[in-house]
Amino acid sequence: MSASNKPVNQKAWFLILPVLVCVAFSAILPLMTVVNYSVQDIISPERRVFVGTEWFVAIMRDEELHGALLRQITFSLAVLLIEIPLGIALALSMPAQGWRASVVLVVVSLSLLIPWNVVGTIWQIFGRSDIGLMGAALQGLGIEYSYTGNAAHAWLTVLLMDVWHWTPLVALLGYAGLRSIPDAYYQAASIDGASKLAVFWYVQLPKMRGVLMIAVLLRFMDSFMIYTEPFVLTGGGPGNATTFLSQFLTQKAVGQFDLGPAAAFSLIYFLIILLMCFVLFNWMQRVGTQAKEGDHA
Amino acid sequence: MHEKRFHKRSIFLIAYMVFALLPVYWMVNMSFKTNTEILASFALFPQHFTWENYHLILTDVSWYSGYINSLIYVALNTVVSITVALPAAYAFSRYSFLGDKHVFFWLLTNRMTPPAVFLLPFFQLYTTVGLMDTHLAVAMAHLLFNVPLAVWILEGFMSGIPREIDETAYIDGYSFPRFFVRIFLPLIKAGVGVAAFFCFMFSWVELLLARTLTSVNAKPIVATMTRTVSAAGMDWATLAAAGVLTIVPGAIVIWFVRNYIAKGFAMGRV
Repeated sequence: MSASNKPVNQKAWFLILPVLVCVAFSAILPLMTVVNYSVQDIISPERRVFVGTEWFVAIMRDEELHGALLRQITFSLAVLLIEIPLGIALALSMPAQGWRASVVLVVVSLSLLIPWNVVGTIWQIFGRSDIGLMGAALQGLGIEYSYTGNAAHAWLTVLLMDVWHWTPLVALLGYAGLRSIPDAYYQAASIDGASKLAVFWYVQLPKMRGVLMIAVLLRFMDSFMIYTEPFVLTGGGPGNATTFLSQFLTQKAVGQFDLGPAAAFSLIYFLIILLMCFVLFNWMQRVGTQAKEGDHA
Repeated sequence: MHEKRFHKRSIFLIAYMVFALLPVYWMVNMSFKTNTEILASFALFPQHFTWENYHLILTDVSWYSGYINSLIYVALNTVVSITVALPAAYAFSRYSFLGDKHVFFWLLTNRMTPPAVFLLPFFQLYTTVGLMDTHLAVAMAHLLFNVPLAVWILEGFMSGIPREIDETAYIDGYSFPRFFVRIFLPLIKAGVGVAAFFCFMFSWVELLLARTLTSVNAKPIVATMTRTVSAAGMDWATLAAAGVLTIVPGAIVIWFVRNYIAKGFAMGRV
């Protein structure tokens, strides 16, 4: 989407029509329903009252929401700070070819294809102090470890689980970026007598920038809507320790069936995501064109 | 010096792989134990090796139908996603038209929307049109995030193909559909593979929508697994066995696309 010298052809709209129909059915219609709910008090299917912005005001003042939002932001930042460097390190140490490369690729990407609730289950089993390896090992070291009882432990376990689950995505993207660097670059670097660090900083990192940005974008967005794994592992507890935004929303909508506030919150949630997506997307596009111009120069 | 660095890297890689495999191994280990053994003793290997848990899952229709249901809607979703995304990705990569950038961005936002936002409306929408508890409902719902992703990946691949190829084909008298199927598709084979892989992956691992939109007939395995919590306590052994079986299709898919993954990422959205 960056080249601007493409021929103008309005008939191209026909080609994207199928996509628009599909996405309209599964995105626009539901979104309109949410807007509809957010301004009404639904007492029963027949009795509804227009309440204007009442739900929005109520939800913005909700203390629980503030807590969930704060936890969410902390969690997403922690995820990025751990997974991006770890993923890059992993990508750098993966072998380039041969049977080792195949085995490593499969082992590393395995966790990505495990259903999210099974990821929760795996860590549930792994972390329990009576039957789990990690739980029992920590207990053996003299740490009173319990992800169901101790808020800090629960939080760290969810974070560790996310690192386990999603670092491979960053690693795979980085690995792909590394493989696209022509050998000539490395040869030139070794003629110049560049150190390993210099090669990483001036050759590998700039070449990985594109894929790493996708990694940052995907990891940020996906960690912002994490639901299933903490739901299975801790159920949002103990207390509210691991209740993130999606969890909070689902509790409101399905658990308490507060349609109005849930819909109002859905819209706010959606707008937050939209705003961040917009900023990141534009930033990516700008850096992308800069990189292209740099190549021509 | 060089040798030593290589050594350090290998140690890091092996350490990570142990970290990656250990939790999975623990579940596999438990799936070969009985519940009494799990709760009574703590061992790195099953002491009384048993296939009983797998036998239960593969012979009980309420268990194995979950796998079949999941595979049906995942396949349906992947096919539809790729089919509608192909022409759209071509349009985005080859032409500029009114509002193209806005539509592209809008599509991406759907990939970024938390499914929880759409939970209730989906429930109502599919109840209204009578699609509740069908494979089609789940497949349609998953289009929400898979179609934008497929368009995004395919557009990257198509932009890597020089436009001269299209022009030459048109001069040679190819019509658009014939050109697309006979010449263009073989060129972006790897891209289609990568896009299909991601559609499969995100549809296979999703729980929230799949669980909400189904009850009996199309119940996916991920939802079936939640029932092992019964009055008698957790049925850990069966849960572990069911979990292991959900990893199998993913592992098979990875093995087949392993060479494309890296190439695909590199050619795709870079």
